[in-house]
Amino acid sequence: MISTLLNNSEEVVAIILFGIGFTMLLFHRNLIRKLIGMNIMDTGTFLFLASMGYITGRKAPIVVNGVQEMKAYINPVPAGLVLTGIVVSVSVTAVMLSLTIRLYKRYHTLNLDDIYAMSKHDMEDR
Amino acid sequence: MMLPGKTAKRYTVVYECVLIALSACVLWYTFVTGSSFTYVMGAFPAPWGNEIRGGVLEGLIALTFMIVMLCSVLAGWRFIQTDIDESKQNLYFTLLNLLTAALMAITWTNDIFTGYVFLEILTLTSCGILIVREIGRTTLAAVRYMILNLLGSGLFLLGVVLLYDITGHLLMMNMQSAISRIALERENMTVLTLSVGIMTTGLAIKSGLFPFHFWMPDTYGWATPTSASVLSALVSKAYIFLLIKIYFRVIGMNVLSQMPIGKILCVLGMCGIVFGSVSAMHADNLNRMVAFSSAAQIGYIYMGIGIGGTAGYTAAIFHILSHAVTKSLLFLSTPRLAEVSDKSLLFRKLQGSALRDREAGAFFMIGAFSMIGIPVFSGFSSKLLFAGAAAASGSDVKLILVMLVLALSSLLNAMYFIRTLIRIYTVPEKGYAVSSGRVHHHPEYMTSSVILVAANLFLGLFSWMAVDLIQKGLSMFG
Repeated sequence: MISTLLNNSEEVVAIILFGIGFTMLLFHRNLIRKLIGMNIMDTGTFLFLASMGYITGRKAPIVVNGVQEMKAYINPVPAGLVLTGIVVSVSVTAVMLSLTIRLYKRYHTLNLDDIYAMSKHDMEDR
Repeated sequence: MMLPGKTAKRYTVVYECVLIALSACVLWYTFVTGSSFTYVMGAFPAPWGNEIRGGVLEGLIALTFMIVMLCSVLAGWRFIQTDIDESKQNLYFTLLNLLTAALMAITWTNDIFTGYVFLEILTLTSCGILIVREIGRTTLAAVRYMILNLLGSGLFLLGVVLLYDITGHLLMMNMQSAISRIALERENMTVLTLSVGIMTTGLAIKSGLFPFHFWMPDTYGWATPTSASVLSALVSKAYIFLLIKIYFRVIGMNVLSQMPIGKILCVLGMCGIVFGSVSAMHADNLNRMVAFSSAAQIGYIYMGIGIGGTAGYTAAIFHILSHAVTKSLLFLSTPRLAEVSDKSLLFRKLQGSALRDREAGAFFMIGAFSMIGIPVFSGFSSKLLFAGAAAASGSDVKLILVMLVLALSSLLNAMYFIRTLIRIYTVPEKGYAVSSGRVHHHPEYMTSSVILVAANLFLGLFSWMAVDLIQKGLSMFG
């Protein structure tokens, strides 16, 4: 059991990171910390994907010196998925940050509970 | 050059009409030929490239989605003009078109990672159409909506990554053959179950299954009517459709039946039905009530998925269609009722509002009757289908539970919808007269509501046709 975990240390770390990020995103009341949590969570997934996709001793699949054997190269798809995922994660973070700025300008706090309490008095009578 | 909002709306309407025509063509073509078709995108064939695949089911879903979208845009246009700053109206339509594209991509794609990417685009655009109405409440609702959606997307991505690691494919058909091999050799079964569980959780969070339904009232309650209708009727359904697609096309029914996921979904769905209805009874605001009723309807759909079998999935998909046409009608009628009641959605101010605005009152009543499950309307047919599916599942416990939940929820639905109907059709007491706003008669609202009611009646009266289409679609779906 322990040796399996040690042999796959990168994946283990990735899952731990995912867990940390997930709990931060779910339970922290501060919006910026939530966002950091989200980024940690996504990073965990990317680390997992990248480490699963890499095979020690092999190279990126760009043919050099005429080596055409499949065994010499790794699969490029996981890396492509990681890149796509990073782009998605960046855009989501940007949108969330802009929302956070808007909320902060209105309520002057980043604590979600406080904002929620204040918003109850906003246009109560609708 | 920026288009004015009105021109942007015209373009959007034309574009949606074209999409309706194209979806109808696909539906007709696949129905006549009796088989689905696959289109290879780019130059690379199956294991490498990207594909879209269409069948009767995808055509039916796309057609319904686009009709509801068109009706929401037409009926909500007047409120878009008042809710959204004039310089931003064109951007609203840009977002709406992007959302349409994401909906279509999720419906047609045959590649699970494309599904994930458009899932995120759907999340971002739905957040966008929520916050265009610049009041504090919508921003807060959007943040909470986004946070839950990001949790869901994170889980879904992890599930996709795990599946990719054990199968080595991203195209759904290739994944399915790899997964059936895994299930046969009983190797990596834990990872498989884990990843299916994670993906299901992610999509359940995103579509608002109990206990993740608490964001619904704020999100649907404060958005501009078009957004509320699109979010509740289409966006949450697209997530469920993707889940059904993954179950059929990636996991396969044989493998899925070895996992306990169906039972869990069934129980959570039932809890959602009961809790959603109970919360709806306690709401003091009309839109919040309708939103909580959405939570209950999502519960129905998951209950159908949980019951399983062709009958269960047919009922679930039928309810996706039925709820899409009903809930959009309700969400497009409530702002009209509010308009003649001091622009308030609070029940005490809505007293007699249907007498002041007869059109909106009548359409709200039709929607409410469909929600309660009065015969002739689509809600009745879908309840009948759920009961039939439970009877066909062959399990007595399931049958008794489903029957109990259906009876209880119909009762609760009837209580809160009929209470609302009585209130909006009662003349206000003296001394509490609400300054009635002027009733705006709008041909666009009329047209779109009539289309939605016609769709509702079609699903109610000719449910056998829809069921036939869905079953034919399911048979060529896997």
